Amino acid sequence: MPAASPDALAANTRAVLRVRDVGHRYDGVAALAGITLEVRSGEVLAIVGENGAGKSTLLKILSGVLEHSEGELETADASGAWSACRMQSVRDAARAGIALVHQELNLSENLDVAGCIFLGREPSRFGMLQLAAMHREAKHWLACVGLAIDPSTLCESLSIAQRQLIEIAKALSTEARVLILDEPTSSLSAHETARLLALLRTLRANGVAILFVSHHLDEVLALADRVVVLRDGKQTGELLRSACDRAKLEQLMVGREIVAAPPRPQRTDAAVRLRVRDLVSAHAKRQPVSLEVRAGEIVGLAGLVGAGRTEVLEAIAGITESRGYAMLDGKLLRGGAAHRVRSGVALVPEDRARNGLFLENSLAMNLSLAWIDQHRAAGLVRTSGECALVDRMISRMQVRPAAPHRRVRTLSGGNQQKSVIGRFLAISPKLLLLDEPTRGVDVGARAEIHAQIRQLADTGSAVLFASSELEEVLLLADRILVMHEGRIVGEFAARAATEIAIMQLATGGGCEAASMERASL
Amino acid sequence: MKKSLGIITLFLAICIFTSIYGEGFLSGYNLMNLTQRTALFSILALGAGVVIVAGGIDLSIGSVVCLTGIMTPWLLVEHGWSPWSVIPLVLTMSAAIGLFHGLLITRLRLQPFLVTLCGLLLYRGIARWMTGDQSQGFQGGFEDVRSIALGRFEIPFLGDYRLPATVIPVLVIALLMGFCFSRTVWGRWLLATGRNESAARYSGVPTAWLTTGAYVVCSLLAGFGGMLFIFDTGSAQPSDFGNFYELYAIAAAVLGGCSLRGGEANVLGILVGTATLLVLRTAIILLGLGSQLEFAVIGGVLLLGIATDELVRRYSARRADRVSRVSH
Repeated sequence: MPAASPDALAANTRAVLRVRDVGHRYDGVAALAGITLEVRSGEVLAIVGENGAGKSTLLKILSGVLEHSEGELETADASGAWSACRMQSVRDAARAGIALVHQELNLSENLDVAGCIFLGREPSRFGMLQLAAMHREAKHWLACVGLAIDPSTLCESLSIAQRQLIEIAKALSTEARVLILDEPTSSLSAHETARLLALLRTLRANGVAILFVSHHLDEVLALADRVVVLRDGKQTGELLRSACDRAKLEQLMVGREIVAAPPRPQRTDAAVRLRVRDLVSAHAKRQPVSLEVRAGEIVGLAGLVGAGRTEVLEAIAGITESRGYAMLDGKLLRGGAAHRVRSGVALVPEDRARNGLFLENSLAMNLSLAWIDQHRAAGLVRTSGECALVDRMISRMQVRPAAPHRRVRTLSGGNQQKSVIGRFLAISPKLLLLDEPTRGVDVGARAEIHAQIRQLADTGSAVLFASSELEEVLLLADRILVMHEGRIVGEFAARAATEIAIMQLATGGGCEAASMERASL
Repeated sequence: MKKSLGIITLFLAICIFTSIYGEGFLSGYNLMNLTQRTALFSILALGAGVVIVAGGIDLSIGSVVCLTGIMTPWLLVEHGWSPWSVIPLVLTMSAAIGLFHGLLITRLRLQPFLVTLCGLLLYRGIARWMTGDQSQGFQGGFEDVRSIALGRFEIPFLGDYRLPATVIPVLVIALLMGFCFSRTVWGRWLLATGRNESAARYSGVPTAWLTTGAYVVCSLLAGFGGMLFIFDTGSAQPSDFGNFYELYAIAAAVLGGCSLRGGEANVLGILVGTATLLVLRTAIILLGLGSQLEFAVIGGVLLLGIATDELVRRYSARRADRVSRVSH
């Protein structure tokens, strides 16, 4: 394992935070053990690992949310002198110059941008807010992250990408020397991600130390100077950027090689199962959408966030009302979601915590909820069948730990996603719709989820999914539809598609229909 | 049973304390009276429980009790209708009130708190206007119909304790409800809807109908309860009949383990919760605390019970997670 030697790094970097043999136990179980690393100013240190590898625990320790039970943390002051520090609260971390940008965005939606940035640290005199000063300062920090919005804009009117930038502005405004970002790009489109990475490079050049956690190895490889790999709470490697590549990182993360799925047969002759014509979601006044999915076919909807993919899926699933029609096996789909689930249409929602899971209920309840209706006897739940189903789904979806009575809240993100998808796979839907099927899910779990989706398609079901990750679209889909501003602007066979071609259409460039429309205006 | 251990302990503790320090708590007459009141209030509390499980709230229970309780003697005595038309009519009207609430909440997306708060004002107002604010009663008649509430069963070896007939409908309703929650698809669906309405909808649960159904059941039980209450008391004033009954019903359901966050049902707990509140009421009188203190004592005990319950639940949830982590 080539360790990062100081002389290999750029001369202007300087260690600001040392982590020595740090570990943490939850109820006697080691979640993290023996972590040793150094964070340097003017450098991006990436931490990668599967879900449950201990990344979140490490971040919580560094940002003072969680107190470590083993090892030592040391910070360097401006003169370079080291001192041990105990981080017992976020305040302690802030004092040490460490700021965390959460994965879940925690802005108070009812405040304006300036209010969000200075929440809890509002400049005041005799208890009166100094609004003018606050807005002036806020403007400065917004400029730092390249956001040209008025500080008095309400946070609720901002896009997810803008909120992400405001979180960063907030962290910067604490004069942080170490900026910790937890999955900052998980809800951003490719374009927004590129801008965020550019911003982080600028911050790095200005001497900020950046600790970056991401599932996206592309981003890690594009941005990081050093990479630390975690697996099962232990450090399995520390690599310089020059010494690492994708395969090596994956192998260190998973501890095994990820086998690529065998190519699927083309389905151009199979019967059309889903036929959508001129569908307009009542949710958003968008263009009508028409598409078809054949039996056994997996179709991917690519596009930027806000391109209208979710609206199409929700309209087909009957979650939102719509005009136009969707037909399954030649029969018109009618009614609300309950009716459509019974006709064999299932939608795995994008936001699993809000629309997918019963977090306080057991894994068993979460897995069997859709099944119990399909297999009821005179309104009664078949309890013995239900137990068997739960066991079957747990082993089929490879949910870990295989504990049916455990509350879903305590499972990792990947296992939570598996339990939502498992609930719908349990009813063998004729049409499976998935909105971001593997959002915030690690490499290993993603491969397992993809395998299950392929297996369902192999039985003749139609699958339509939306994903912001081009990599996933290319990996999973047989055919790709590209959406831009509410309409389908292009179609590719998966073999013929490239990331560049899809991006061009998704961003509205190089699209014949769009240019014709512009010409006619 | 395990879920109800806390409330059962509290119930027994209050009973034992009162029987030691209060006079006449264990007398047959007092216990019979307590059983009767518990049975009557249980019907309301079970209704409130269904709505709470569905993630809602019903503040109109007391006013529905008043409206149905006043209408029953008013139609029977003042208008001379037959019991065979009055009872179905009053029950249908209660169910219609629930349907009205349910539709306003699920179709117009109004907040349950507001809809039923307006109901609280509306139905009592109607009852008072309809009867000209005059006291209504059976004037000694209708013994046969009133025996639903006034009937008593002799039980050997229990002295002057006789079992009130109202216990029968309560047990039937409670068993039916317990069965629904544990074994039927609709019960599961209601629990899922109360826990996370949106996730239930995505999973194919007809959440709007279930929520509406919960309000129908609640108002229907309130109407049925109102009828039994008037059969029991014989006469009532429209201005104060059923006042605050919704709060007793909600308090009993919550004390019995139905979290106001929804999705948690405990039928046995609701019954014991109701009994606890009524024993507490009696205890205040028997212990000579002065009836002015009634609400303060009930409020205090309720707060204590809920806080303890929450702490115990948090502790046991953590333990359960730990156990399953170690064993797998």
